[in-house]
Amino acid sequence: MAALSSRCCFSLGFLVGTCTLYFFLTQVWFERKFSLQLDSQVPSTAGQLGGENQSWRVEGSALISLRYPHLQGKDSRVADQLYKKVRILCWVMTGPDNLETKARHVKATWSRHCNIVIFMSSREDPDFPTVGLGTKEGRDQLYWKTIRAFQYVEQHHSHQADWFLKADDDTFVVVDNLRWILSNYTPDEPIYFGKRFKPYTKQGYMSGGAGYVLSREALRRFVEGFRTKACTHTTSVEDLALGQCLEKMGVLAGDSRDSIHRETFHPFVPEHHLTMKFAKSFWYWNYCYYPIVEGPQCCSDLAVSFHYVDAELMHMLEYYTYHLRAYGYQYRYQPSLPEGVEPNSARTEHSPLGTERDAPGNGSSKL
Amino acid sequence: MISEGSSFIKGMLLGGLFCAVVTLLGNFNTGHQSTTDHLHHHIQVPSKEELLKLPEPKRLELSQSIRVYCAILVQPRELSYWAAVKETWSKHCDKAEFYSPENVKVFHSVSLDTKDKWLMLRNALKHAYTNGKGYSWYFVALPSTFAIIENLKFFLLNKDPGQPFYIGHTVKSGELEYAELEGGLVLSVEALRRLVGVFSDSVKCPEQGSVLWKLTEEKELAVCLKYTGVFAENAEDSEGKEIFNTKSVNALIKEALAEKPQEVVNGCCSDVAITFHGQSPNHMQVLMYGVYRLRPYGHTFHDSLIFLPPVDSDND
Repeated sequence: MAALSSRCCFSLGFLVGTCTLYFFLTQVWFERKFSLQLDSQVPSTAGQLGGENQSWRVEGSALISLRYPHLQGKDSRVADQLYKKVRILCWVMTGPDNLETKARHVKATWSRHCNIVIFMSSREDPDFPTVGLGTKEGRDQLYWKTIRAFQYVEQHHSHQADWFLKADDDTFVVVDNLRWILSNYTPDEPIYFGKRFKPYTKQGYMSGGAGYVLSREALRRFVEGFRTKACTHTTSVEDLALGQCLEKMGVLAGDSRDSIHRETFHPFVPEHHLTMKFAKSFWYWNYCYYPIVEGPQCCSDLAVSFHYVDAELMHMLEYYTYHLRAYGYQYRYQPSLPEGVEPNSARTEHSPLGTERDAPGNGSSKL
Repeated sequence: MISEGSSFIKGMLLGGLFCAVVTLLGNFNTGHQSTTDHLHHHIQVPSKEELLKLPEPKRLELSQSIRVYCAILVQPRELSYWAAVKETWSKHCDKAEFYSPENVKVFHSVSLDTKDKWLMLRNALKHAYTNGKGYSWYFVALPSTFAIIENLKFFLLNKDPGQPFYIGHTVKSGELEYAELEGGLVLSVEALRRLVGVFSDSVKCPEQGSVLWKLTEEKELAVCLKYTGVFAENAEDSEGKEIFNTKSVNALIKEALAEKPQEVVNGCCSDVAITFHGQSPNHMQVLMYGVYRLRPYGHTFHDSLIFLPPVDSDND
């Protein structure tokens, strides 16, 4: 009797033990995710992933791009031609404290699309590399840094580029779109472009944070202005002061909007321009030279710049601009080619809807 | 009394040990097997070579013939997401239907008359099947998901909707592989047909869900589909990157910044990603701009499909 009940207990215990451990194992122990990246199957093409084949020559503190960075799967003949025709030198306003937190991300993203890029700091850093402008740091030094930077660029690089862009280390720039805007002008014209503001000047001036670009002639006149003392350091408000000097030197403030009058240079992040309603009391309403458009038409498809872009957003915008897309999608906005540029293969000229082509500067509105 | 107790304990211990040994052996044996299964569970986008084999008129025909029915499961408290989805990506579905637990005044939706998530999913899919005739693919999403339907169509291009497909961001829980609802999931018309069929089987696929313990609705779905011979599969692009994402672009970039600082954008996400999850309503507008509008001038893709912009829309 005792042996029987003992055996029963043993069997019962065995059963309970088995079941308990089984449930424990399946529910808890084996709760694992199985998103396998078949690294063994997919050939490792780390160097060519996204296909960014690029080479740089380092000349002092300037990074000179030797070849247009091609992306896999794209026909980039038009971009290639513009790269050679519209040479842009980008200089980025930064400082020793911002190299690792901000400038590094500019270097890893949009500045690779410039013909030449130079990072301007108060202090030289041969490793980054940055130019040392010999100023102090701080908001009140901004105009000094700008003056010195343009003088440096004019002295060392004016023959190597046609246009000279100034950007902050929290500005994101789509250099290819800047080339498209500038392709209708020549570097011998005294003209400059950016996000146009209207106060304090007759012709307006360009917002510093959104970036502005000077033609070679405009650059020459700016430096000349300081040489002849026609221009001096009037204020530390860099963008206004520069605008006033250029106005004095006969440099025209250009209209950087696209062919249907949408802004291309933007002083805020995309989210603000696309979704926010600016309060009527906000200074922006009184500053913008052209009428503000809120909502999706605030911004051209071929936007050139955004400002107040942090490290994370910098990479996100690079991803949105150069990588993420809707396969096969026919863009609504299809502007015509600039003069003297050969198209990408004939296929692109065929638009299934027969949408009209707009040349930049053309007044027709098309959506 | 004591000897019986100790027998019981001994039995338990031996039983547990027995179970552990069997499971370990079992896993070891199926270890190899499951990796070969996994190989079959990763579906890729069509390759360039595959697409070039199709003549041009066939490609155009295909672009127009892949029709996607989007079923978006909303909760009344998610109104801002609901509005965002209505104004953004859902416009690119051939048909977008919103399913809610009850009637909501603000937006039109199909009321499912239940708050239970599994029941909601069941009823939504039943409704999609009966009302969504003529569609070859059914895409199920939450309003906190952002989807690029053109990339979904590109991915589905060379797959036969007459075959059972159940695809999404697939993960494993115990022995069950299921597609996470947050990343969006797509069913072929055949898979949906089988699913609706098994809904009437109250043993395999009961309305109240699994008897033993409550599973999430995405797992219940996987269980029911499994009974019909349909298994969850993962999707990736030609470089092996996931295209159904359960995280936001922000989160994925942040991870890449921390883990692969040399190649953030390349290491992060696919160029033809289909979904992201957890984007704010405002950022969905930014995504519309980033996906459908913002681009560098002078580059052309010679894609093998053609998708036209939707009518009456200005953010894409």
